[in-house]
Amino acid sequence: MADSHEVQRRDFVNIVVVGLGAVIGLIIGIPAIAYLLAPAIKVQREEAWIPLGPLDAYPLDEPTLFSYTRTRINGWEKTVNSFGAYVWRYGEGDSDLKVYSNMCTHLSCRVTWTEDINVYFCPCHDGRFDKEGEVVAGPPPEPLYEFETKVEQGILSIKHQEV
Amino acid sequence: MTEKVITWLDERLGITGIYDLVFDRKVPKVNWWFTLGSASLFLFVVQGVTGVFLSVYYVPSPDKAYDSIQYIMNGVTFGWLIRGIHHWGATLMVIFVFIHMLRTFFMGAYKFPREITWLTGVILLFATLGMGFTGYLLPWNQRAYWATTVGTAIAGTVPVIGDFILRVLRGGSDLSGVTLARFFSVHIWFLPAVIVGLISVHMYLVVRLGISSMPKEGEVENPGEKG
Repeated sequence: MADSHEVQRRDFVNIVVVGLGAVIGLIIGIPAIAYLLAPAIKVQREEAWIPLGPLDAYPLDEPTLFSYTRTRINGWEKTVNSFGAYVWRYGEGDSDLKVYSNMCTHLSCRVTWTEDINVYFCPCHDGRFDKEGEVVAGPPPEPLYEFETKVEQGILSIKHQEV
Repeated sequence: MTEKVITWLDERLGITGIYDLVFDRKVPKVNWWFTLGSASLFLFVVQGVTGVFLSVYYVPSPDKAYDSIQYIMNGVTFGWLIRGIHHWGATLMVIFVFIHMLRTFFMGAYKFPREITWLTGVILLFATLGMGFTGYLLPWNQRAYWATTVGTAIAGTVPVIGDFILRVLRGGSDLSGVTLARFFSVHIWFLPAVIVGLISVHMYLVVRLGISSMPKEGEVENPGEKG
C-alpha cells in the first residue's frame, strides 16, 4: 500500500484541510479587507448643478459674487464648505456670460473683484486676474476656474466641481 | 525543501515539542460537552478580531457613538457583517462559557488537582459577563442607555457602599460621556487583558494536568474513605 500511487488517507485529509482552510480564509479575508478599505474606495459625488437664481438679477458687465455652501459627509461627520462664484455677463444673451470660481489657483485663497483696479485680487500673495480670469500678476499658475453654465427658464445654474 | 525549512525553524523555535505537548497529549474518552472550552476560546478570538475591526470606525463619544455605528452598519462595506458577528458572538460566548461551567460542575472536574483551573474559570465567567455589560452601552442607543442606567442602579442598591459603587461605575452620579468612555476602556483594554492573562493560566493548567475523564456510574468517588 505504501508504495502505491493512490492518494493515501493522510494525504487526502491534509489536502482537504488545506483546501477548506483556504476557502474559509478567503470567505473571512475578503470582507475584512473590503471593510478596512471601504472609505478609501467609495468616491463621493462631487459634481452638482447649483442654481444661482434668475439671470436678470445679475448686472451687465460687472462681476457679481454668488456664495453657496456644499455639505460633505465623511463617515459620521458632516462638513459644510462655502464656495463663491463670480458671474460676469458680457452681453444681454443667455449665453453671453462667464462664471469663475473665486478660489485663487495659487493656494486657494478667495479672490475679490476690485472695481478700481479692474482685477480679481487675491490678498494672500498679491495674485491678480483680469476680467476673463487670466493671470496678470503674482504667483498663480493658472487662470481662475471657469464653471460650466446653463440657463433654463431664465434661471442660471453652474456645474459645481471640487477643484 | 519545505522539510529543510521546517527543520531549520524547529531547531531554533522548538515548535514540534510544543505541538506534541499541546495537541498530541493523551485525552480520556470524552464527549461533545468537552468541546465547550475550545468553543469559548474560539468565540473569544472571534470577538477579539471583530472588536479590533469595529474599533477602526467606532467613536466612544456621546455625540458620535450612535452615528459612527450607523456608519458601520450602512456606510462601510461588510460593516453589518463585522458588527453582526460581534453582536451574536457576544451572546453565544456568554452561553458557551456558562454551559462550560455547568459541565465542569456536574462532572466534578473542578476537584483536585484542578481547583485553580476552576477558580480562573470562575473569574473568566465574570469577566465575560463584564464584557457583555460594558459592551451593551457602546451603541449608545435608548436600549443601551436605559439598560446601563438600570444596571448601574442595581449595583447602587448594595448597603452602605452602594452609592459609591454606582459613582465608580458611572464616573459620577449621572450616566454621561464619562460613563461611555470608561465602559469603552474597560471593554477594550482592562477586561480583555484580564481575560487573556487568565486564559493563559487556564490553558497552561489544562495542558499540564490533562482533562478529567467522565465520572462513571458506580465508581467510588473517594476510594480512601469507606462508604
